[in-house]
Amino acid sequence: MKKLTRRSILIAAPSALAFTAPLLSIRPAFAKDYGPGVTDKEIKIGNTCFYTGPASSYGTIGKAMAAYYKMINDQGGINGRMINFISYDDAYSPPKTVEQTRKLVEEDGILLDAGPLGTPTNSAIWHYMNEKKVPQLFVSTGASKWNDPKGHPWTIGWQPNYHMEGTLYATYILKENPNAQVGVLYQNDDFGKDYLRGVKDGIGDKGKAKVVVEASYETTDATVESQVVDMKSKGVDAFVNAAIPKFAAQAIRKAAEIQWKPIQVVSSIGQSVAATLKPAGLDHSTGVVSDFYLKDPTDPQWKEDAGYKWWTGFMDKYYPDGDKSDINNVYGPSNAATVCQVLKQCGDELTRENVMKQAASLKDFTVPMLLPGIKINTSPTDFAPVKQVQMAKFDGQRWNLFGDLLGAAAG
Amino acid sequence: MTSAPKDDAVVAPVAAPRAGAFVRLGPRHLIIAGAIIAAVLIPFYAKSFVLFQLTQVMIYALAILGLNLLTGFNGQFSIGHSAFYGVGAYTTAILMERYGVPYVWTVPAAGAVCFMVGFLFGLPALRLQNLYLALATFTLAIAMPQLLKFHGFEGWTGGVQGLVVDQPDPPSFLPIDGDQWLYYFTLIVMLVMFAGAANLIRSRTGRAMMAIRDNPIAASAMGINTSLYKMLTFGVSALYTGVAGALGALAVAFVAPDSFTIFLSISLLVGLVIGGVGSIAGCLVGGLFMLYVPNIAESISTGLAGVIYGFILLLIIFVMPAGAAGFVRFALAQLARLRQT
Repeated sequence: MKKLTRRSILIAAPSALAFTAPLLSIRPAFAKDYGPGVTDKEIKIGNTCFYTGPASSYGTIGKAMAAYYKMINDQGGINGRMINFISYDDAYSPPKTVEQTRKLVEEDGILLDAGPLGTPTNSAIWHYMNEKKVPQLFVSTGASKWNDPKGHPWTIGWQPNYHMEGTLYATYILKENPNAQVGVLYQNDDFGKDYLRGVKDGIGDKGKAKVVVEASYETTDATVESQVVDMKSKGVDAFVNAAIPKFAAQAIRKAAEIQWKPIQVVSSIGQSVAATLKPAGLDHSTGVVSDFYLKDPTDPQWKEDAGYKWWTGFMDKYYPDGDKSDINNVYGPSNAATVCQVLKQCGDELTRENVMKQAASLKDFTVPMLLPGIKINTSPTDFAPVKQVQMAKFDGQRWNLFGDLLGAAAG
Repeated sequence: MTSAPKDDAVVAPVAAPRAGAFVRLGPRHLIIAGAIIAAVLIPFYAKSFVLFQLTQVMIYALAILGLNLLTGFNGQFSIGHSAFYGVGAYTTAILMERYGVPYVWTVPAAGAVCFMVGFLFGLPALRLQNLYLALATFTLAIAMPQLLKFHGFEGWTGGVQGLVVDQPDPPSFLPIDGDQWLYYFTLIVMLVMFAGAANLIRSRTGRAMMAIRDNPIAASAMGINTSLYKMLTFGVSALYTGVAGALGALAVAFVAPDSFTIFLSISLLVGLVIGGVGSIAGCLVGGLFMLYVPNIAESISTGLAGVIYGFILLLIIFVMPAGAAGFVRFALAQLARLRQT
């Protein structure tokens, strides 16, 4: 007889186990159904983010997401399964995103892609993901095209998109002045046009209010002052300033210089106090309104807020290197929390089909750092999870939230 | 498996004239033939993701070869080759998506368009040398993404959103999938273009190109029309990189302005130096470096990927100052010396 060596035992033991295991395992009362990347112990999910390259300041989103999943794992995972979060760098280069995403799907065998970052980068994998039927969950971008359940049933957005924000600005303006003559300053690209379309859709063509000036700028322009002067001369009394910080600041400053005092709405891309309002002049910016959906971590009004306290605790323990004044570090965990909710709802049926089904049936889900009252709702015909914002007015020091939440509450 | 001989047959006529150009078959030709056979067999063993990566390696190698013809063989600098790559990619995308042209024809079309663009850009570039030429080409790289986003062209380019390209289907008579077909298609184009470059370098034109590199005054004294050859080289160089861009658009199935930034130019330049300036086979090593080293760096540390990339780059430059090709040459020379003693 063959001598029993340590090696032969090492070989024999697992194979014996492998043969007997199926006999021993008792099928549970409810069926377990696993897609790729799922075992009894683990759920593998993927992500692409910009850790290097021109937009690497956004890389902190991926790190904050990873920190959140680590926290979830420390708390015992989701339904007893650990989250294995694999995040690759695509350096904001669409071809690299395709390569890294194919690696995630074909090599690593992920169940889903969680919160991949960037508009061109997500566009590059849009068709691939839908063809392969892999969930492209809660993409981190504000373009409105992600809400397309019919054409792209495997892709779902997350944050309020620019088109939606545009309609909400219109709602606000109509409430303030039903006869408003609206002027829109927008960047001449798809994001800018999303805002413009949103405002126009929101104003409609039935009432007295209308969009009288549509002024665009190129990112290469030196200034937008002539557009502002033009708006004043055409009698615009409600100004939607959907420009990036540099131009938004110029417009606010110019309006003050020419003594023009319309209702001023600054879009979310230009609402930074440091990048827009300070350069424009804090006194000039007083009275400007904008919209928010996350709790700004630099805003002192949240100091005693339970959600904010949770967030600082989370940051201290799981992401101590993270900048606590960076809104991206609020974004990351909030997005990741929504992914976790979907996985929780999936129970033991962790298939890609069920992931999309659950992602499309979120009901009144909340995240600590969303503004109070904002609820995440989705449905099979509504792939826009966060669609409420609250308006805030700048008082010369900081943004003060006011009024009710705007936007659709249910899908 | 049945398709393997077929592809061999496609490859053979390419290799044959190269062999004929020499008096006898040397070990060099055996290596090339072996490499081609290996390349033809890979799709039957590798996973489709690996094939996708290798396809990209070949595409980058082709783009680097374009730069090499200009820099390595003609002595002109360019950090604007991302623009030619982009023009090639967009030519393919626009022809396919806006005009329904079959993908096979878009590749030569992209080459032709890029040849024209490169040739014409060569005209002002004639007056500029070294650093100044580098700066002039730099403007190309900077301008390209913005031109692609420009609203006047949006009807064709799709603006910032880019264009989605349908991935080519394999011919119905071949029992292979899309990734395998794309690999073979790229392999065939690459082999033809590499053979073309090798022949070009050995021709009268190639010698003129190198003479201009080595001593422009002596070259013109010998009767070489330096202006014409410099412009032609610019055109051919752009053609090669443009064809690579066209293949890249097919492989990635998406083009967007942000894919063709100055960073791509720099990566091509890095690939050129790593592979070996003035070496054709070295371009493949450059392509491998371009694709895999950032991945390796990231797998070591996500946070310090850039630092590790830089470290690997420095290390390679110190160990192989003349690139992979130079290293091989050096190693062979050492071996020969050992054998003699």
